[in-house]
Amino acid sequence: MIEFILNDNIIKTSKKTGVTLLQFIRENQSLKGTKSGCKEGDCGACTVLIGSLHKDNSIKYKSVTSCLTPLANIQNKHVVTVEGINLENTLTVCQKAMQDFNGTQCGFCTPGFVMSLTAYSLEKDTQMTSVENLGGNICRCTGYKSIEKAALSVEDLLQNNAGNMDWLVANNFVPHYFKTIAKKLSKLNTNTLANNNYVGGGSDIYVRHADTLAEQNVQSIAALTTNAITFSENECTLGGSTTVNDLLYNIDFQNYFPKLKKHLKLVSSAQIRNMGSIAGNFVNASPIGDMSIFFLALNAQLSIASEKGTERKIALKDFFLDYKKYDLQPTELIQEITFNLPPEKHLFNFEKVSKRTHLDIASVNTAISLNMIDQHTIKQAHVAIGGVAAIPKYLHKTSNFLKNKKITTTMLLEAQAILQTEITPISDVRGTKQYKRRLAQNLFYAHFIELFSNQLNISKLIGNEK
Amino acid sequence: MKNKDSFGHVRGTSIFVDDVATKQGTLHAVVFDASVAHGKITKVDYSKAELLNDVIKIITYKDIPGINQIGGILPDEPLFAENEVHFNGQPIALIVAKTLAAAKKAKHLINISFKELPVITTAKEAYDKGHFINAARTFNLGDTSKNFKNCTHVFEGKTFSNGQEHLYLETQGAYAYPLENGTIKILSSTQGPTAVQKIAAQVLGVSMHTIEVEVNRLGGGFGGKEDQATPWAVMAALAAQLLHKPVKLILERHDDLRMTGKRHPYESYYKIGLDKDLKIKAFEVKFLQNSGAAADLSPAIAERTLFHATNSYFIPNVKTTVHSCKTNLPPNTAFRGFGGPQGMFVIEAAIANAANKLNIAAHSIQEANLLQENDSFSYGQIAKQVNIGKTWKQVKSAYNFEEKVKEVKNFNNENTLFKKGISLMPITFGISFTNTMMNHARALVHVYQDGSVGVSTGAVEMGQGVNTKMLQVAAMCFGIDPSKVKIETTNTTRVANTSPTAASATADLNGKAVQMACNSIKERLLKVASKQLNSLAKNLTLKDGFVFEGNEQSPISWQKIVQAAFVQRVNLSENAHYATPKIHFDKSIEKGHPFAYHVYGTALTEVTLDCLRGTYEIDAVNIVHDFGKSMNKDIDLGQIEGGLVQGIGWMTMEEISYAKNGRLESSTLSTYKVPDIFSVPKKINTIALETNGSDLAILKSKAVGEPPLMYGIGTYFALENAIKAFNSNYKMKFHAPMTPEKALMGLYS
Repeated sequence: MIEFILNDNIIKTSKKTGVTLLQFIRENQSLKGTKSGCKEGDCGACTVLIGSLHKDNSIKYKSVTSCLTPLANIQNKHVVTVEGINLENTLTVCQKAMQDFNGTQCGFCTPGFVMSLTAYSLEKDTQMTSVENLGGNICRCTGYKSIEKAALSVEDLLQNNAGNMDWLVANNFVPHYFKTIAKKLSKLNTNTLANNNYVGGGSDIYVRHADTLAEQNVQSIAALTTNAITFSENECTLGGSTTVNDLLYNIDFQNYFPKLKKHLKLVSSAQIRNMGSIAGNFVNASPIGDMSIFFLALNAQLSIASEKGTERKIALKDFFLDYKKYDLQPTELIQEITFNLPPEKHLFNFEKVSKRTHLDIASVNTAISLNMIDQHTIKQAHVAIGGVAAIPKYLHKTSNFLKNKKITTTMLLEAQAILQTEITPISDVRGTKQYKRRLAQNLFYAHFIELFSNQLNISKLIGNEK
Repeated sequence: MKNKDSFGHVRGTSIFVDDVATKQGTLHAVVFDASVAHGKITKVDYSKAELLNDVIKIITYKDIPGINQIGGILPDEPLFAENEVHFNGQPIALIVAKTLAAAKKAKHLINISFKELPVITTAKEAYDKGHFINAARTFNLGDTSKNFKNCTHVFEGKTFSNGQEHLYLETQGAYAYPLENGTIKILSSTQGPTAVQKIAAQVLGVSMHTIEVEVNRLGGGFGGKEDQATPWAVMAALAAQLLHKPVKLILERHDDLRMTGKRHPYESYYKIGLDKDLKIKAFEVKFLQNSGAAADLSPAIAERTLFHATNSYFIPNVKTTVHSCKTNLPPNTAFRGFGGPQGMFVIEAAIANAANKLNIAAHSIQEANLLQENDSFSYGQIAKQVNIGKTWKQVKSAYNFEEKVKEVKNFNNENTLFKKGISLMPITFGISFTNTMMNHARALVHVYQDGSVGVSTGAVEMGQGVNTKMLQVAAMCFGIDPSKVKIETTNTTRVANTSPTAASATADLNGKAVQMACNSIKERLLKVASKQLNSLAKNLTLKDGFVFEGNEQSPISWQKIVQAAFVQRVNLSENAHYATPKIHFDKSIEKGHPFAYHVYGTALTEVTLDCLRGTYEIDAVNIVHDFGKSMNKDIDLGQIEGGLVQGIGWMTMEEISYAKNGRLESSTLSTYKVPDIFSVPKKINTIALETNGSDLAILKSKAVGEPPLMYGIGTYFALENAIKAFNSNYKMKFHAPMTPEKALMGLYS
């Protein structure tokens, strides 16, 4: 039995917990405002809000795509569909903005946009602007400029009150009943579901296996792992359920990675970053997994726990074995991800090129982490690159070569030549192998141009000397 | 006025086909389709699937009581494949089950084998092998071969523009249920309710009056639901007929992507000749249209390519030929612009190529050849009320074109890793169905005795705001508040024999019919009022909810006059029919006057290319557009921006990819990317050209659906220019879309 609150109603259901929230909302509850557009998290028409009760008795809301969310992951949560924000006879501020600025034409994507805008209003610690928060919503009619204006007007009207529930209720952002939810949530039955069929955020496995999983009971991996991000003297540890947005919103993490927002904005969309776990990206084992590349460059270690209670450690760069093969038994899961905290003279960069810059799978992505002796000389380097091999690739030779090297144009030309010997791209829907080699080259240079532009002869580096 | 549906849209209460409350006992259907692109079916075994719990029936061509044929223009497309399949995704059977899950599961239990036959995926291959949908068409003006000899410069080249997936957010779907006496009602997400009705009757073996088709609204259409909404509606109707049960068929996105046709890819070969003053003297093109495995609307689309092959230019000697090439892809179909964009891309490429070779800017050739009043199009129509020059001039002055050219040059001199490119894109687009007989529409208007009004037309609302425009027309005619007017669903029993909602002409055609119907009722009401006021009817008008005598408001309100008329047994309903006057076209000589009028405009596009990564941003698209006298700026501006961005998508990131065996590789939303909120131009500015409008446009407000899509073509050429600024050795490819891959490879070629 799963218990949660759907809009203003307490739901107790014995449906299979592998059923998607989208299906439950539309078919079981006949709430037709949430639309089904793609069932792969790529259009945002099914966006709903998930609110979780926090220790301070506040509820934190985030947007998710309901097409990829199993019921198991909403136990004891507040689920809000577009019907759940409707006020009587009038529009909420987000709805009104969409209407006033002509942000809706055919109307099919509109509830999703309204929910993403509402999520923005409810999130106190968001790192994104109102417009950036709409990156996971596709509209085929408007050309977005009207929606952009609507979002900016919402941002204005919020006057820094995002997440302030009393203010939001008083100002017609959400209905009054939102103030009663915390109390109701705390009274729900918190029984955990007893089964060993675990799912993470669902953002990957539900793309392909939603129909099969709908016939099963699954359990949220959050029952076994945490999403805690902890810092010790020289280590950072992420719980196995940590999502991409957990990282992005973490202030300490931001301190170590000043360009974190710029980098993580290239990773999927707000909804998927709210759902997808970092460990899940590892075990998806896609050769172009963004977070795999990111953490390979941090030379991360995994703590893997087994059902029997034993625990082993393995470096992420040894975790990937072959295409979609990795060192994890069916009875094991990633309990924690650990990496050494960057020392003072540390530089990091992440590059990604895809057909569409946002919410797209990379043609090639790459990350670099450099510990410097001084501002010209590398002490130690870790370079990782995706999309050019069967696995997310840690570049051993290139990384080794960079060790103790002074940053010069000539040195980089040599390093790049080594990089090319380490990669084996193939032609596919994400590009020809020639293109991927060229991207690998240019994105490798891009790291250094980003970090050391004034120390390099850029024209020579990219072979465009007049 | 805002889109009348926006209140429901933002609250999620607007109803699409899949949202309709289903009737008890509703069955769910899933299409079983071909997994090869060309082959003979050697064996198919449904027995395991049929035995699955909850599976009711698997319907094949053998179950069809009427004829197994859905072709619109040519009878060359079966509803279900019989012994052969001609594209991957071609429907073979319909699985009907008590639950959607059971139907999906059953699909995997069907055992089928094929003897595979050779697969053709490109137009060129079909052309070389002589596989065509129909005979080629040629438009001729003057004498090209004679005039090429007199040209100072002659250039030849080849271009390619890829297909485009419609990606309407709402997938194809229908819900059909039996009424009494064999009648089937179909709720369909279609742009062409009459097409659904006609084909359903044909397949079900019944008369058209037995089929009732109703459309509430579409979650986007863009042409993709003009012809290709039909098969799913017919399948649902067939199942409802055979099983006497309500049947729902909504395509999953992946099925929709695989099974439905797209914008036609074109491969084209051109020859362009200019004199020393850069006047284009002669132009020839051979267009190879990749039509897919059946005609669908390809012949009509091919025709429109010829109509727009010279875009906004006057060229005295033109010879353009189009071949509709039969391939093993899903039948390609209508998509906003309907072959026009593909035609325009070629002439723009020809001009850019000539400019490049002559080492001048393309806009100097474009400007020297813009269409003037009374110029002849290659199809014989004489250009009237030509506004292209005005929009061109105004774009240049309002957006400081000359300065912009300098700025870009300076920027490119100062930057190594980033280059800017600009382009001007003029558009001239003809409004009317090019098939003259389709240019008619009807409206049925009821004034109820309480003064509220119901309007039915043949127009289908798909986001373009046509219902809001219809409402405006009625409210304006009656001088009443728009809240008194309701636009009814589009239903074949209320308005029959409709043309599809397409060709940008729907508001014109249906709006004129609404206007006529309302005016007839108004005339009768004013006659009643004239007796009461003891005044001549011709001195009376309806305004602000009252009868006016000259400029004087009379005491007779709208409600009162309606009630009085009702009591006097005056007819408060009217059905009106409108057919566009003046238009004609003779296919035997390929000459005539096919368009009611043309829409004009010019766009200035500026892009910045990241020369390290091959990625780009569109800084601005600045437009001057000929709206005529826009009757709804909110809606019309939305059409400009939406059309432009769709055109940009076609020209940049939207890359359809078929494997050599005919399997769609861009078969998911993770592999087929359409513009998102980050990838649209940072600025879109639109200035409305001051004009008098056209009398053949509704309320002088010109059609606006398709034309702006073609502004997007400017982005392609701006990107080519930016690449060239980085790599002077770069040879322009004129191979759209300009993906980041092509950009990067061009930068380093």
